[in-house]
Amino acid sequence: MNAPANSTRGVSLQVRNLWKRYGRQEVLRGVEFEVQAGEVFVLMGPSGSGKSVLLKHIIGLETPDAGDIFINGESISTPGVLERHRLAMVFQSGALLNSLTVAENVGLYLSEHRLKPPEEIARVVSEKLAVVGLEGAEDKMPSELSGGMKKRVAIARALVMEPQLILYDEPTSELDPLSAIVIAEEIVKLNRRMGVTSLVVTHDRDLAFDVAHRVAVIHEGRLLAQGAPEDIRQSAHPVIRRFLHAEFNPQTVT
Amino acid sequence: MFQNIGEMVLLFWRTLRALPLTWRQRQKVADQLFEIGNASLLMVCVLSFFIGGVLALQTGPVLVERGLHQYVGGLVGVALARELAPVMMAILIAGRCGSAMAAELGSMRVYQEIDALRTMNINPVHFLVLPRLVAIALGLPMLVVFSILVGWLGGALVASITNQIDISVQAFFADLRNGVELKDVVNGVFKSFCFAWIIGIVSCHQGLTTIGGPRGIGRSVTKAVVNSIVLIILFDFFLTRLLLD
Repeated sequence: MNAPANSTRGVSLQVRNLWKRYGRQEVLRGVEFEVQAGEVFVLMGPSGSGKSVLLKHIIGLETPDAGDIFINGESISTPGVLERHRLAMVFQSGALLNSLTVAENVGLYLSEHRLKPPEEIARVVSEKLAVVGLEGAEDKMPSELSGGMKKRVAIARALVMEPQLILYDEPTSELDPLSAIVIAEEIVKLNRRMGVTSLVVTHDRDLAFDVAHRVAVIHEGRLLAQGAPEDIRQSAHPVIRRFLHAEFNPQTVT
Repeated sequence: MFQNIGEMVLLFWRTLRALPLTWRQRQKVADQLFEIGNASLLMVCVLSFFIGGVLALQTGPVLVERGLHQYVGGLVGVALARELAPVMMAILIAGRCGSAMAAELGSMRVYQEIDALRTMNINPVHFLVLPRLVAIALGLPMLVVFSILVGWLGGALVASITNQIDISVQAFFADLRNGVELKDVVNGVFKSFCFAWIIGIVSCHQGLTTIGGPRGIGRSVTKAVVNSIVLIILFDFFLTRLLLD
């Protein structure tokens, strides 16, 4: 996939030498990469490799032990930088507020910050739900939605913020293959239509190579490689080869 | 422990600073207030009636035996207004509403709903803690006033139908009027207002600091209720001492 030519809305992201330790466990060990504005960058790696923790650092939910993160060249540790840029995150579970309806969830950012009057919020909510193919779901409660629908509502909620950077945390985990394809299409569609910078963390190999402009592989808190999807696919690194080419062979089961 | 105390003081301070934003959260305050009142009113009535009744049963025969029947109403009235209604209702609300707050916020924390709020620049203290604290700070004193009145009625009825006491309802309330001052009721209501803040802060703090899965939520609920009750009893002593002066 080629990077979109018109990517004026996205922001660039630089992660510099990021370290994080919880107790005696080192979760991030000098992670360093750069995402260009308007790019879809996929961070791939097995479970427990530090992907989600890295996302939490980028969105400001965690503070690194060392290293820094820059958005459009400004460190997010500088007061006001995170607030000045519109960052949104699509959580692995969707993280919808269970006590609110779909419409209230999607419109929460606008209503809590009083950015638009209620009628305008209702219009924006319907528009964003239509973008993710969920027209008419406004009055449903999150408990009435399937896993795939929850993730699409979470994407609609992120879109309401008109983000410059969207972080997707395992967007296709726990989904059937058809729903996973719908989500992958949404990621690509949003990137092409709005030029938003997207950082996707996943262990889904198909998703990674389908949507990415560039791919990085993280293992045990270290970035093993980064580059174009083809380069990563042909990497000779043994851990990457094992991760990318692991297949279940029933003949070997004793 | 000291870290928890520090975090609770900080949460209390942040909520106090957010108080001017209460009007913006009025719908949530009303929902929480309804939840507290609706869930607890019947229980408050039943408990208070029987607490008043037991108090009359325990003290009435002893006082009547010594010819002090004119003090039964006053004693029941003062004990209920100053001590039993505020403390018993606070314990009831800690069990009923404090546990619900800790469970709700705990599950929101575990299932990343609070993280989601933060990513939208929505302050969880303003959005979640403030409405709950304002609601409980309004709701508990109201329930206590109700509890005092129902408790007095329970004491009066029991005193009138118990042979060993045998004081009419009118005589009971006449004695109660002589023994109880408005200050006693105000003291009790003030104490319940303080207890409400304790329950709210302890329960919200436990919910917001929940870690782990369902087991973590269970642990938070237990700690919220137990810590609230311990603090209610401790603060009751100090507040009573303070209000004596």
